[in-house]
Amino acid sequence: MASYIARRVAYLIPIWLGITLLAFLISTLAPGDPAQIYFQRTRGRQPTQQELQIVRERFNLDEPVVEQYLSWLSGAVRGDLGVSFTTGKPVLDELLLRFPATLTLAFWATVVTVVVAIPIGILAAIRRNSVLDQVTRAMSMLGASIPSFWLALLLIILFSVKLQWLPASGQQGWESLILPALALGLGDAAVVARLTRSSLLEIINEDYVKTARAKGLSEGRIMIRHILRNGMGAVVTQIGLAFGFLLAYSAIVEVIFVWPGIGRLAVDAIGQRDYTMIQGFVVFAGSIFVLINLAVDLSYMWLDPRVTLSGDKAVAG
Amino acid sequence: MGQASLLEVRDLTVAFESRYGLIQAVNGMSFTLKPGERIGIVGESGSGKSVTAHAITGLQPSNARVSGEARLDGVDLLRASKREMRRVRGERIGMVFQNPLHCLNPAMKIGAQIEEAVLAHTGANKNEARQRALELLDQVGIPSPSRSAQEHPHHFSGGMRQRVMIAIALACSPQIVIADEPTTALDVTIQAQIIDLLAETCEKYGAAVILITHDLGILAGFAERIVVMYAGRVAEQGDVDSIYYRPAHPYTLGLLQSVTRIDEARRDRLVPIAGNPPSPVLLPSGCVFHPRCPYAQTVCSEKVPALERVGGTDHLAACHFADEIGALRAVNTAS
Repeated sequence: MASYIARRVAYLIPIWLGITLLAFLISTLAPGDPAQIYFQRTRGRQPTQQELQIVRERFNLDEPVVEQYLSWLSGAVRGDLGVSFTTGKPVLDELLLRFPATLTLAFWATVVTVVVAIPIGILAAIRRNSVLDQVTRAMSMLGASIPSFWLALLLIILFSVKLQWLPASGQQGWESLILPALALGLGDAAVVARLTRSSLLEIINEDYVKTARAKGLSEGRIMIRHILRNGMGAVVTQIGLAFGFLLAYSAIVEVIFVWPGIGRLAVDAIGQRDYTMIQGFVVFAGSIFVLINLAVDLSYMWLDPRVTLSGDKAVAG
Repeated sequence: MGQASLLEVRDLTVAFESRYGLIQAVNGMSFTLKPGERIGIVGESGSGKSVTAHAITGLQPSNARVSGEARLDGVDLLRASKREMRRVRGERIGMVFQNPLHCLNPAMKIGAQIEEAVLAHTGANKNEARQRALELLDQVGIPSPSRSAQEHPHHFSGGMRQRVMIAIALACSPQIVIADEPTTALDVTIQAQIIDLLAETCEKYGAAVILITHDLGILAGFAERIVVMYAGRVAEQGDVDSIYYRPAHPYTLGLLQSVTRIDEARRDRLVPIAGNPPSPVLLPSGCVFHPRCPYAQTVCSEKVPALERVGGTDHLAACHFADEIGALRAVNTAS
């Protein structure tokens, strides 16, 4: 088991290097001279040739691209993602400062997904082709098709503007969490509910479920111990991936709800051409995403004891 | 009948609703089972033998329409509530299924899968259930039970898993064990071991056995009585000797001729039954076997033969010419 975990962790190294390379290339290939932008940003005027030179030297921008990448990478490995062009503070500090807000939002959005999707998926599987199944199918199609930012706007119009039940923006206690968590969670819920249904339908006709019935177990126990336990692999994967996406890519919803998370930080950084911040965000978000993938893969060991034996089974897909 | 019957199935009919209309899977099936008795139900796939077992135990799919009676100690299982049936399954009727590779939960330890059955029906606590599971594993011949109980099914071979299934079936000392093709998915060398184990353990527990199979051969040393099914109906039933030596239905005769035997050196080749079993959507008129029957006459396509007594006690056959077929076989064996 230890060697399996070690192998999975080792897989992360090339993936992470790829992320850093992409993050670096994004800002290198982007139009505009970073040194000039930095100078204008901090001093508010056009730099002279000499001043530009000073800035370039300070940020190693005068070195060949490969060396720039390597020196930035060696910093990144040690947790140093450089300083922000706009604030002059370390990028990692800024990201970590904003990360708890994103984490909170992603967590509650995932709670919304699980609480809404799993029971609906189970019911739809048990009562296959019933009216309930048809209704949830239609709702899921709708839910999966609506972009989260549009849903966010609809929620604001209904609950903040018309009903005035919930705040439309900011971070004022748990009330402020509800709308963004719904906006982010409901779309995933639609996908997860359908996946739960189809995963369980695969299991419901398995022979060992018949064995469980032949033992005279209650339907509840059969569902939990025999059907869910074996049918939730794909669902756990999907929820894990969705959680990763929420952490890394909830920028638009964060902007709409003025939520002070890393997504909004990234959007602001893009607007201000804060290259180091953008690089830092890509590496940070990418790292979180692959770590969550790892956690999902490792959870297979608990869900399916056969995985440890066959080693590569959990890498599927 | 000297002894009171334990299970009495009368006129069991099972039909499935489908887009082609009602599909008759079992049609007027009747048999009885005495306490501790071992009977075999034999027939080709699709003959309705598994459907019969599922209907008796309430495991039929939701589109099945079941009628008739199946009285266990006088209580009709076909009219029992879901809750009552849950108590019957596992506690009074244990079941062993065809494919041991798929019948155990891959995510649960062997021991837990047996304990679960014990806990469902007895007042045992966790510890007692664990002891009981180890005892059962030992009785079905699983080596080092306490270690095996901690293993997951994928560490076990098919034969070993079928032993575990037998342990699960016996967990609550049931009155009846229904084994549905328990050896079909196993190697030939393992088949005899499993059948012997089934016979031995069920005898120890005093459980009656219904062994469902397509293979008349494995019933020879096992069953006391045999029910031969064809296209959802009972073709013939009787004690083992009647069925093997005095078959009165052409289908039974055909089955016997297609079984390899080592005690009849004279026969140099197997005789297959011509044709295929009929589609349950479009059953032949009259006797359902008549299109494949070498002895069929006009009456066979016109009139459904009743299941009637032939010669000895309890030997019943559904054939218009049962007496003639019986005589035919007698002549064959005499010559």
